Amino acid sequence: MTSSADLGGRPGFGAIPAIDDKDPFHSDWERKVLAMTLAMGASGRWNIDMSRHARESLPQDQYLSSGYYEIWHTALENLLVEKQLVSPEELTSGAASAKALEKPFLEPENVAKVLSRGTPYLREAASKAKFDEGDIVCTVPTKHEGHTRLPGYLAGKSGTIETVYGAHVFPDASSAGHGEEPQWLYRVVFADVFEPGVSISADLWEPYLEGA
Amino acid sequence: MPMARIRPDKRQSKTMGHDHSHDHDHSELSDIELRVRSLESLLIEKGYVDPETLNELVDTYENRIGPRNGAKVVAKAWTDPEFRNWLLEDATTAIASLGFTGRQGEHMVAVENSPDTHNLIVCTLCSCYPWPVLGLPPVWYKSPQYRARAVSEPRKVLSEFGVEVPGHKKIRVWDSTAEIRYLVIPERPEGTDGLSEDELAELVTRNSMIGAGLALEPGAAT
Repeated sequence: MTSSADLGGRPGFGAIPAIDDKDPFHSDWERKVLAMTLAMGASGRWNIDMSRHARESLPQDQYLSSGYYEIWHTALENLLVEKQLVSPEELTSGAASAKALEKPFLEPENVAKVLSRGTPYLREAASKAKFDEGDIVCTVPTKHEGHTRLPGYLAGKSGTIETVYGAHVFPDASSAGHGEEPQWLYRVVFADVFEPGVSISADLWEPYLEGA
Repeated sequence: MPMARIRPDKRQSKTMGHDHSHDHDHSELSDIELRVRSLESLLIEKGYVDPETLNELVDTYENRIGPRNGAKVVAKAWTDPEFRNWLLEDATTAIASLGFTGRQGEHMVAVENSPDTHNLIVCTLCSCYPWPVLGLPPVWYKSPQYRARAVSEPRKVLSEFGVEVPGHKKIRVWDSTAEIRYLVIPERPEGTDGLSEDELAELVTRNSMIGAGLALEPGAAT
């Protein structure tokens, strides 16, 4: 297991809940959490890998017993304090010691533009791709420290490269504030991991892979 | 249609100023509601966040961007072979040509169901989902149950959604571990030859574009 959030293939989970539920939100506070997270993301003080890591590194009991947007909220509070946008005292009291900004990080008139632009993750590659389509590769063992996007259930497994996507921002580095360190990203297909007749693919960066 | 809801959230704007004299009955609010309310007023007071920005963000994902976008993409792929090929070759550009771009859809891949293969999308590590074409993910997609079981026992999971995949049909599960986002093109139902693109789009459900459902039969659209 790499983190509290690394759930793929973990046994013991029951029926899929809320199959017919179509609403993205179930109360006003959930709406606010999504909106605050996006609005503060525009501060540029952290990136998507840091916010994923802030959610996924919560202790497992807390992660599994918290609602989805509760996890987001806790992660946002932690990032705000860690990046010194808010002091622990301010967080506790809910009152600002002083106004810090004249203009908000994201102005209402810029919302549509910023959302529709998104943040592409494709980068110039610093070196040639090590693998090609059709190559057999083996994934590295589970990493126990820091952030990673290699799911535990696919660690140490043999698969086939199906697509070479190009170099993408590397979450293991980017989540830790070490810069983007772009790495080649591949779609790797794994046959019969759990059940015969079922193949699973995942998008994996070159440092997760070794030649077979 | 799920996107037509009116947000009942008008009272918030009254409490968003710097006036701390408002006197709500906090005893009725849960711990998380209090934390969210407290953080919201703090971020506004610091000047980091504009309440109108928050309203705009919510309105975007609650009322404007949702699975009707993806349904248009699928219906076009069903009726226009050239668009279908483009979508399978370069989904990001093909989808952008219909005006759907941006956050959590920067790098799109479309995968097509066929008589031989059924595709199912999951994010076992968090809740990665193609926002520009499907909106925000539903509760079940984010649930630990789905994230754990979609890879280990997809046939059982699909049967909980009412989708029985015959034994001879292969299943391909796509775990969204990077920033590539996936859209399933479900099989076009029989008996839909005379339907227009708009009528076809009505048959394309959110779940069918994740693989956790099939397109509706004509006459079954709600």
